Amino acid sequence: MPEIKELVKDLADKHGRNRESLLPILQGIVTEERFISDVAMTEVARELDMSAALVYGTATFYSFLDTKPRGKFVIRVCKTITCDMKGKKQIVKTLEELLKIKVGETTKDKNFTLLETNCLGWCHKGPAMLINDEVFTELDEDKVTEIIDDYMRNI
Amino acid sequence: MPNTKLKRVDIIFSEDCVYKDVLADNLKKSNEDILKDILDSGLRGRGGAGFPTGLKWKFTSQETEEEKYVVCNADEGEPGTFKDREILTRVPLKVFGGMAICAKVIGAKHGYVYLRGEYQFLKADLEKALEEFHSFVKELGFDFQIHILMGSGAYICGEESALFESMEGKRGEPRNKPPYPTISGFRNKPTVINNVETLVYAFMICRIGAGKFHELGTTDSRGSKVFSISGDTPIAGIYELELGMSLEDFVEEFGDGDTKAVQVGGASGFCVPRKKFKDTIIGFEGVPTGGSMMLFNSSRSMYNVLKNYVEFFEEESCGQCTPCRVGCQQLKKGIEAIKKGEKSAHYLDTLQKLADTMKVSSKCGLGQSVANSFSSIVDNFREEMIY
Amino acid sequence: MANTVKLNIDGIDVSIEAGKTVLDAAKKLNIHIPTLCYHEDLCVAGNCRVCVVEQEGVKNLVASCAMPAQDGMVIHTNTHKVRNARRHVVELLLSEHNADCTKCYKNTRCELQDLAGEMVINEHMFLDLVPDKNYTIDNLSPAIIKDDSKCIRCQRCVRTCDELQHVSALGVAYKGEHMKISTFFENPMYEVVCTNCGQCVIRCPTGALVEKNYLDNVWDAIYDEDKHVIVQTAPATRIALGEDLGMEAGSIVTGKMAAALRRLGFDSVLDTDFTADLTIMEEGTELLTRLKRALVDKDPTVKLPMTTSCSPGWIKFIEHMYPEYLENVSTCKSPQQMFGALAKTYYAEKRGIDPAKIVSVSIMPCTAKKFEANRPEMRDSGYQDVDMGLTTRELAVMIKQAGIDFKELPDEKFDSLMGKSSGAAVIFGATGGVMEAALRTAYEIVTGREVPFKNLNITPVRGMEGVKEAAVKIENVLPAWSFLEGVELKTVVAHGLTNANKVMQAVKNGTADWHFIEIMACPGGCLGGGGQPIPTTPEIRKKRAEAIYREDAGMAIRKSHENPEIKQIYEEFLEEPLSHKSHWLLHTHYQARKRE
Ligand SMILES: Cc1cc2nc3c(=O)[nH]c(=O)nc-3n(C[C@H](O)[C@H](O)[C@H](O)COP(=O)(O)O)c2cc1C
Ligand code: SF4
Ligand code: SF4
Ligand code: SF4
Ligand code: SF4
Ligand code: FES
Ligand code: FES
Repeated sequence: MPEIKELVKDLADKHGRNRESLLPILQGIVTEERFISDVAMTEVARELDMSAALVYGTATFYSFLDTKPRGKFVIRVCKTITCDMKGKKQIVKTLEELLKIKVGETTKDKNFTLLETNCLGWCHKGPAMLINDEVFTELDEDKVTEIIDDYMRNI
Repeated sequence: MPNTKLKRVDIIFSEDCVYKDVLADNLKKSNEDILKDILDSGLRGRGGAGFPTGLKWKFTSQETEEEKYVVCNADEGEPGTFKDREILTRVPLKVFGGMAICAKVIGAKHGYVYLRGEYQFLKADLEKALEEFHSFVKELGFDFQIHILMGSGAYICGEESALFESMEGKRGEPRNKPPYPTISGFRNKPTVINNVETLVYAFMICRIGAGKFHELGTTDSRGSKVFSISGDTPIAGIYELELGMSLEDFVEEFGDGDTKAVQVGGASGFCVPRKKFKDTIIGFEGVPTGGSMMLFNSSRSMYNVLKNYVEFFEEESCGQCTPCRVGCQQLKKGIEAIKKGEKSAHYLDTLQKLADTMKVSSKCGLGQSVANSFSSIVDNFREEMIY
Repeated sequence: MANTVKLNIDGIDVSIEAGKTVLDAAKKLNIHIPTLCYHEDLCVAGNCRVCVVEQEGVKNLVASCAMPAQDGMVIHTNTHKVRNARRHVVELLLSEHNADCTKCYKNTRCELQDLAGEMVINEHMFLDLVPDKNYTIDNLSPAIIKDDSKCIRCQRCVRTCDELQHVSALGVAYKGEHMKISTFFENPMYEVVCTNCGQCVIRCPTGALVEKNYLDNVWDAIYDEDKHVIVQTAPATRIALGEDLGMEAGSIVTGKMAAALRRLGFDSVLDTDFTADLTIMEEGTELLTRLKRALVDKDPTVKLPMTTSCSPGWIKFIEHMYPEYLENVSTCKSPQQMFGALAKTYYAEKRGIDPAKIVSVSIMPCTAKKFEANRPEMRDSGYQDVDMGLTTRELAVMIKQAGIDFKELPDEKFDSLMGKSSGAAVIFGATGGVMEAALRTAYEIVTGREVPFKNLNITPVRGMEGVKEAAVKIENVLPAWSFLEGVELKTVVAHGLTNANKVMQAVKNGTADWHFIEIMACPGGCLGGGGQPIPTTPEIRKKRAEAIYREDAGMAIRKSHENPEIKQIYEEFLEEPLSHKSHWLLHTHYQARKRE
């Protein structure tokens, strides 16, 4: 996987090669790859001259630093109380039907991963979700369908 | 606006302020004068713990270390809180201005904004604002730089020492205290860490004067505060209100006419039932809040609310210390077992005691505050937990 | 006294050095506060919370291990609030724990069990969380078993592997309810950078990290009439075994150990110290040869500094971390493996026993020796040279199982043929010992005189300093060694892999001009090995070291080359150091491994 090697090297060039560079580098990998593979982590450990187990331990601490393969678009639906009260369950159900996957899964075409997450900071406009870094609020079935349609069309 | 018993305040977002002038003026003032203003204003931290901001700055300014830092805590993860996002969207330059004044007072050359990963979309605009800010401080001949660091989805990183660990590229595990950040913070150097809102208030106090701020609020809770209001309310949103209101007035204004409980201070705050609205003051002398106010009407199951909170903590605990890591799991499994009838109602008392232990023996504020919501919900809605 | 603070604990005033903790102060008053995550060798974690105490004027309890003692503090260690909290903490740990003590290797030797016992825990207070967990057991390694269902997440292992060993094969992964101790990507310990040093094992308070034991295999071999079972005992076992059998730290039990082994039924009770002496002959000669090639032949391929090779934890460390320096490692096998190779050749021949029938057992202060015995490199006799490596702890278990009253045993001697040794071999068990033993012999070979240190005690390489340097000026050499005339032999000694790493960094950066480096993977050397009795503390290691040097001082022969059995084996079998035969049986090469 020479691309990963390149990517990690570029990120290390940009963010530095000390422990403080670790999170920005891992974040950079996720931006590009949507997840951090074992190969990527090995590369990071090598670049930063640190233990791979500590890279793994750090990555797994942060819920956005996925260590399992994810789709091109990672959907994170807020499951915290106010969004839950405002109909999060229906939103998840709609997404599951649209994408034909369950929470935690990735579509066969590797385009979408559906996850739940904790409060996104849009509680007054729940239910809310993130698709990668983009926020969607005040969701209902129609709105979600439209959003996903949009994404699907533009893939 | 109809029925506005609660005093609206317009400090944080006020447009009647040219940040450049405020900054230029204040960088010329003596540190003592600034510190005196912040102390006199009575400003206390808006991130939750409510430590007097002036003291925090003063302690750090007294440290003799060469390297010091000012950190803006923009990890806003408390359920029901979204005001820092709004502040960073609308008045980022005031946030930076607050950091700059703090930096001057304590003698820091670098400042950091730790922005939660969920707010990645804000980063580009913040960076643009930073450019403007940097060129202006350069013009003023003030040696100060702000950097933006991103979180990656971990509520505990809002806890100050966990935040430093995270900034240092590690797992966000809270440290032992003492030492406190004013002595040993980021990179183990003296550090002021303040909430986004605190920094803007500090900045604005430097503009409007300590008196104007001090005359608002109550003895223990001076000034105003930005509230994030959500749940069963027809007018959810962000409101800057004078501190010290009674919850009854609050509900009158923001409730939907059927409010059965208000969760003050987010998942780690307290649940106040209807019968206590009247006697509850919002502020450090009553029920403190980092801004989160969640309203529940009588259609809501408080069991579901509690379960949602406990699940949140179970996941978001850093997991290092026993009372919090295992305690959260036990609280969740315990209330489920009671609800299902697998455990008798008496087990609630065991869980209450466990929550008390978590409060007194957990390593950091997360584990220590689980009991707040747990006990206040179980105490006030016991029957809902059982049947 | 500006540097002391005064506080009051349980009504008693105490002064203590500033910077010490409330726990330290309580210890000073002989007030016992239970601890789990705290370990003297490690930085403070403050995560188990079992050590909480009440401080007057403070709402919450404070963790005594993490709270600096401060002037005027008033502390209570035994209040209702404290008791409740501690009990809850232990109950919580148990609820996450597969508390099946009767089926646990650490049964009766477990800190969690002790605490539960102290608190008289009967019915569990909380719900059992174990069924919800996906605990796994990793028993693929020949040395160490990791059982997550026994782990209390105190992170002692993680801190050990990081702070003391600079390996960090173990880290903390995930957060919240899922937080666990994990290797890279949760791969088996066998496949990762772990050196098998066992330092985590001797600091793990529970059964979550234990050595893989071979007790039944050894018993089976002993009971098998058809087998000739021989046993070798490493230098550091004899000054520590007693601790597991009711004796004080620092007791020398060489004679009792030999007696016990005989009573257990071993057919021949022999001594790794013999091959320690042999190692000195081979390694000393190797060093002198390398020096000659470098100084006289100006051979650019010769690698200096040369490092020792007796510590299998160190070998695995360098394979992973500094593979480019593998050529600098002495080609000598470790004493255990020299012994193993000779057992099934020289010993078999001399005794007229079919090597296929020999079962070769070693008693080691070390868990890495188990891994070493299983290395593919270690089959030069035509068989697996060492069949089973036991730790000092496992031997203690066998002695108890056999109903032997160890303390009352008479002192007996090792059997002969590979049972004799010198004081130089004994000190292999302490950091600096190999260096001292090598210098005693090499200096004498080169100059014909004893090393210029009083009573042969080369004190600069002794003691618990992490990195110790020593230089010996070589003068008035014998004619054959004229190239060494006036050379100042520069040496360095490191123990604990973090210190080893410092030394290797210096070598790598070219800031060092050492000729010879001794490295032991474990703090204090083998006496602090991962197979030694638990607990380990600086104090205990100090006592063990004192015992080692006492044993050495009391020996009739203090220099390896004067061991009569060593002379005999060269005469009868090996011919001379670095001979063809010794290359075949006593030397080897290692392979680079990946860093994860
Ligand atoms: C679990 C936990 C989460 C926290 N999260 C935040 C947060 O998101 N933002 C914040 O400003 N403070 C948060 N805090 C409080 C900080 O530790 C710290 O007290 C605060 O940033 C200090 O700033 P202030 O004095 O301006 O309030 C949190 C504390 C705890 C215990
Ligand atoms: S209280 Fe919870 S979040 Fe805080 S240190 Fe302990 S486990 Fe971590
Ligand atoms: S680790 Fe300790 S407490 Fe746990 S089962 Fe083993 S002996 Fe019992
Ligand atoms: S055996 Fe040694 S190297 Fe392996 S995990 Fe334990 S301490 Fe680390
Ligand atoms: S494996 Fe042992 S030392 Fe490591 S965290 Fe678990 S109980 Fe503690
Ligand atoms: S509860 Fe969903 S965004 Fe806050
Ligand atoms: S021993 Fe103090 S917290 Fe674990």
